[in-house]
Amino acid sequence: MSIDVHIARNVAKLVRIRVEDEDLADLVSEFNAILGFIEQLSEVDVTDVEPMVSVTPMDMTLRDDAVIDGGQQQNVLSNAPDVREGFYAVPKVVE
Amino acid sequence: MPFRRWWSRFVAHLNELTLSEARDALRKKQFTSLEITMACLEAIDAAADLNAFVHNTAELAVERARAADKRLSRNETPSMCGLPIGIKDLYCTQGVATQAASRILQGFKPEYESTVTKKLRDVGAVMLGKLNMDEFAMGSSNETSCYGNAINPWRRATDDSPLTPGGSSGGSASAVAADLCLAATGTDTGGSIRQPASLTGITGIKPTYGRCSRWGIIAFASSLDQAGPMTKSVRDAAIMLEAMSGYDPKDSTSANCSVPNFEAALTGHIRGKTIGIPREYKVEGLADDIESLWKQGQDMLKGAGAKIVDISLPHTRYALPVYYVIAPAEASSNLARYDGIRYGHRARLSAGDGIVDLYEKTRAEGFGPEVKRRIMIGTYVLSSGFYEAHYNHARKVRSLIQRDFTDVFAQGVDAILTPATPSAAFDLGELSNTDPVEMYLNDIFTVTVNLAGLPGISIPAGLNRQSLPLGLQLIGQPWEEGELLNIAYTLEKSIDYREKPTKWW
Repeated sequence: MSIDVHIARNVAKLVRIRVEDEDLADLVSEFNAILGFIEQLSEVDVTDVEPMVSVTPMDMTLRDDAVIDGGQQQNVLSNAPDVREGFYAVPKVVE
Repeated sequence: MPFRRWWSRFVAHLNELTLSEARDALRKKQFTSLEITMACLEAIDAAADLNAFVHNTAELAVERARAADKRLSRNETPSMCGLPIGIKDLYCTQGVATQAASRILQGFKPEYESTVTKKLRDVGAVMLGKLNMDEFAMGSSNETSCYGNAINPWRRATDDSPLTPGGSSGGSASAVAADLCLAATGTDTGGSIRQPASLTGITGIKPTYGRCSRWGIIAFASSLDQAGPMTKSVRDAAIMLEAMSGYDPKDSTSANCSVPNFEAALTGHIRGKTIGIPREYKVEGLADDIESLWKQGQDMLKGAGAKIVDISLPHTRYALPVYYVIAPAEASSNLARYDGIRYGHRARLSAGDGIVDLYEKTRAEGFGPEVKRRIMIGTYVLSSGFYEAHYNHARKVRSLIQRDFTDVFAQGVDAILTPATPSAAFDLGELSNTDPVEMYLNDIFTVTVNLAGLPGISIPAGLNRQSLPLGLQLIGQPWEEGELLNIAYTLEKSIDYREKPTKWW
């Protein structure tokens, strides 16, 4: 199991992290070292084994369908890098 | 002469006290919280070389110490009233810089407090500041931090090379070992409390998954992350773990069960308990001194009346590869939120750049190499075509790893004794420049515990030939932290470890 530059470039695109072309080769070799390490899992027989969902059996609980918080626009926006007129500001998304 | 001044002649360095010693003295009014807080703040100021504290909150600490003194003067004595502690940078602290040691959270000051730090605040603990760590808790040497390396207060007897305090809770470990605070919070996803505790000669416990709320702790791998205390003794671990524990409706994986009095569980009686020694942990190339401390630990527990039995955990060798599928998969999802829009760092854009350029540049600039690597691995193993072969397969092997433990516990084993780490503290730079897998091997003895959701504790066991501390790990049954702490307490008494690093900083 190994990947090439083409797959590495595609993964970088999926995760929205810019990787310059000259750095792709290093990324591929690190990736392949880790994938090689993971590879040994294929020798484990997992017939009839359920994939783990949670380490302790737990029932998901439902909250009451009620408003419990709100009216905190300033707090919500306080850490944003660019705020205009009470909104997050971003580059133009739709032409 | 006022009693307080008389007392201070005997305890010149209040910051060197344990939580339980300081708690008892504060209740007897032998000194004030402000005095012990000031002693810690002075120790922190003098320890810049360790790079353990990265955001100091001295003013806030003084304010909280004064408030604690007021409570104490009214004879209100919540469990940690007036005790100064450090907080790992992964915990959101209201109005105080919190950035998970990452550039991508540069300038982030949460508007809310994590449940665990709120609980600690409510029982009177005094926060001294935020502690260094690996970026997003991804690392075993504190070398991936945007603040630079935290340094281990311990040095080899033979040379002055700076050593790693371990990771990811490296700043917490360094600060506690160097007496900059009485105790600190850590988090543990694959060994991030127990490995640094072992490398710095302190105590660290990761409780059962679900014991502490994860709400407000910056997420790395949600099915593995747990908070826990890093302290100078097992008694302190019991006191602080109890304060940090408890059900929280804001964390859907927090367990709705009562928190026992952990300190009351420390009886020192373990007669009739069964301690398992897993043969798979006798890995090839394990250092002689680690092996002999492990053997010594077995003899001590036997001496205290426990029964020692050989056990087998056959899937142990697959724990690390399973971890390096599941943890990155969860991380890639958790870290998708850092997009430069709502908080933290945003890249400077060029003319014509659109929203995708904003994301890609922000994340390229904001994340360090190890974090990027794990996000990409995680996305790869989750991508269509590989999901079943990698991710689901790893989750199945994880079930088998948990079953190994369930089986030995069903056979009557009460706890399991293992080494905490495969080596003592290593040189900074020694592993970070090699294959990433070399660094991952640090967690070989700790990571199984996270995968199975069990409680695990590391306590100092002695020094190796180079005069560096080594730890032993005890693994307990789910929700049996009380019993686990009691076995650790019994072993701690037999080991009688009193070593401290020689101050060079």
